Amino acid sequence: MSLDPASMAVKAASSRVGEPPLLELLKVTKQYPGVTALDGVDFTVRSGEVHVLFGENGAGKSTLISIVAGAIRPTSGALLMNGERLDLGSVHEARSKGITTVFQEFSLVPSMTVEENLVLGAEPTRAGLLDRQAIRAETRALLKRLDFDLSPTALVGDLSRAEQQMVEIARAFRSRLSVLILDEPTASLTDREADRLFELVAQAKADGVGVVYITHRLREIERIADRITVLRDGHYIKTIAASEADEETLVRLMTGRAAGAIFPEIKADPKDVALSIENLSTASGSVRDASFEVRGGEVVGLAGLVGSGKSEAVRAAFGLERVVAGSVTIAGRAVANPTPRRALDAGLLYLPPDRKNEGLAMMRPCRENMSLAALRLPPFAWGPWLNRRAEAREGMSLARRMDLHPMRPDRDVEAFSGGNQQKVLLARSLTRPVAVYAFDEPTVGVDVGARVAIYRFIKELCESGAAVVLISSDLPEILNLAHRALVFAGGRVQAELAGAELTEEAVLRHFFERRVAA
Amino acid sequence: MSIIPASGHMTPASAAVVTPRPAPSGQKLKRLFVRLGVLPFLLVIAVCVFSLMAPNFLTVGNLSNVLRQSVFLTIVSMGQMMVLLTGGFDLSVGTILALSSVVGATTMAALSALYPEATMLVIAVGCLAGVAAGVAIGIVNGIGVSAFGVSPFIMTLGVSSIGFGIALSLTGGTPVYGMPVAFGNVFGFGVLLGAPVPIWVAAGLIAATWALVSWTRYGRTLYAVGGNARAALLSGINTRATLFVVYVLSGLLAAIAGMLLTARLDSGEANIGSSMPLESIAACVIAGVSLRGGVGRVGNVVLGALFINLVQNGMNLARIESYLQTVVIGLILIAAVIADQVRLRYVADLRS
Repeated sequence: MSLDPASMAVKAASSRVGEPPLLELLKVTKQYPGVTALDGVDFTVRSGEVHVLFGENGAGKSTLISIVAGAIRPTSGALLMNGERLDLGSVHEARSKGITTVFQEFSLVPSMTVEENLVLGAEPTRAGLLDRQAIRAETRALLKRLDFDLSPTALVGDLSRAEQQMVEIARAFRSRLSVLILDEPTASLTDREADRLFELVAQAKADGVGVVYITHRLREIERIADRITVLRDGHYIKTIAASEADEETLVRLMTGRAAGAIFPEIKADPKDVALSIENLSTASGSVRDASFEVRGGEVVGLAGLVGSGKSEAVRAAFGLERVVAGSVTIAGRAVANPTPRRALDAGLLYLPPDRKNEGLAMMRPCRENMSLAALRLPPFAWGPWLNRRAEAREGMSLARRMDLHPMRPDRDVEAFSGGNQQKVLLARSLTRPVAVYAFDEPTVGVDVGARVAIYRFIKELCESGAAVVLISSDLPEILNLAHRALVFAGGRVQAELAGAELTEEAVLRHFFERRVAA
Repeated sequence: MSIIPASGHMTPASAAVVTPRPAPSGQKLKRLFVRLGVLPFLLVIAVCVFSLMAPNFLTVGNLSNVLRQSVFLTIVSMGQMMVLLTGGFDLSVGTILALSSVVGATTMAALSALYPEATMLVIAVGCLAGVAAGVAIGIVNGIGVSAFGVSPFIMTLGVSSIGFGIALSLTGGTPVYGMPVAFGNVFGFGVLLGAPVPIWVAAGLIAATWALVSWTRYGRTLYAVGGNARAALLSGINTRATLFVVYVLSGLLAAIAGMLLTARLDSGEANIGSSMPLESIAACVIAGVSLRGGVGRVGNVVLGALFINLVQNGMNLARIESYLQTVVIGLILIAAVIADQVRLRYVADLRS
């Protein structure tokens, strides 16, 4: 392992100050084709502190913890642990150094039991065979120490999301810890379980563990944070002590770009109701008795935390969630038992947030992805035949309109950057007549340039008289683009805000209202 | 080229090793490989090797023989390709071949005993019966996969066993004779405009498949469902109907191949077609059809099927014993898949 002069200098500098920090990231950059996810970010974790990472979706938090966890390698920059250069090749290697991560996406094997998962990869053995007694004893002791009410023999696949989260956390506490990374660990926990987690974090802190904690919840920051580092668009913004972190400061740091430069002014000209959802409830309970209307010529923002029902309400209207009660009316037409095809034919187009899983066929050319929703319509359809000449022509004109870069609609989607892939998805909305456009997290994982293009696109649609539903976890997007905003929590519409009422504070207040109401 | 182990993590040392920059001519070959896939290279190698091993390999007579032998596999591969495009498999194509052969032959034999005069009618009804049997299996596959969500692997494997059992019990395991002589004379050995009838049939089916896959809305839905089933659903495509129809089409094509083979053998046999699932999937995979769905071209698959028959023919001429031949086919299939993985890595290299 060689030390380059730069890191030697830094090492010297930090040792002059005193103890080197437990973990230190120096000018860490991570580039993906077309996107810089992290741009020269510095970050330190001291022993015995809880350091909160704060920022919008796509700000680079996940990339940063993936680097610390050993899941991805930085393009450039250095990682230091106790002043020593660290070169992590895998999660396993990071774990052997005491860096343990609880990812948001679980790394559990659903077909195995709780105890099997807890010892996975480091099973106690006797004479080369699994020592089942030792596994059982160790699991019981661990669950007892953590005070988690879990059966060691339960199948993980049968557990609730919260229980799976507890298994994941328990696994982190099994190993020798020096750095613990928690990525929104309370997202699916009940208050009692969350309280228990905070106690565990406090205990770990007292043992000298450095905790990196990602959360969007201001209450949690107030409760456990020592320091907070804010990231935005892959850049390091600032690190502040918890004592100086009030809601206003954090939100300003998180979103503090010059809003006017990015967000266009959209003229509101509300016309007839284009989408009307009344008393809608889904079978899964993700939406409960939600009602709202969207008119042509306006942008309506749907805000709320992940799982609040903001996305699910529109997905249900589009036929992606099973509806048990309520009605959906699209452009004056009642749509009973919605399916994507029926909803599209009635005039509702929903573009999903997850381009890879729900949006695009990555190995097919852009133009085929663009025409996908309009294969039954002219100019693409010619009886049962496909008019490929027209498709090529339309593909090219859509690529020009969306400013696709590079301007090659004949190339496979996977060859394009995230932002340009998003443009391909958006282009799909121009291939058929649509009364209501629903964009779900349209700017996730998208660079600023593409973001501006997407906002301009939304403006053009709205000002041409269409109704636009903007579902977003990115508050500034809602605040700057939407004429009205509906705040969802617990599957219900908590508030409708418009005009002067539509402020950060007001929206955020309703994010958390569920707890007061419940 | 440095091969990175598929599993396990890279050590810092191995990550630091820089892949040596290939010579310009190597780079050109690499680009050609990325663009064309492995099949042209395999074809060139096979032709070179066999023409050295067997002097009568590279003759017009032998090559037209290969063409005639390829008819059955080519037709079956057309159906297999469409199923693969949706991200599925059809392991029951062999059984469909056998069942259609047995049903068609039995029908013809029975009818021609009753109406020895009405030859054309007997042939027509017999062919229809055989094809209907294949389509019926396709319908069962289609219902299982599209309506009940059974994995294509299990569904077609199970159906394959069922169909094979039915074909055997219909015949008691012995060949069915007694079809009108005209059937074999026309569809097995007939010549039309200088080319054997089976080749005309195959050419027509290839053209029809190409038109369906490349130029119709239905064909596009095959690619869309295989490329991303959720995206297809969200775009208003009836993904279930797409899946159902594709298994019926595969059954239809395999059954036609079964009837042609029956005409060629002049008997209905329950034991034909057992190598078809492997060979048809091999033909597609060698031709660059992705097992994950969404990628594949008709022209390449025709070449893939020809290639497999070419290799078999070459091995026969070179007097390689038949047991070894199946070993070679298996090796080629695996080598083709490995080559495709390497190609994907090159694609990523060239991009960055």
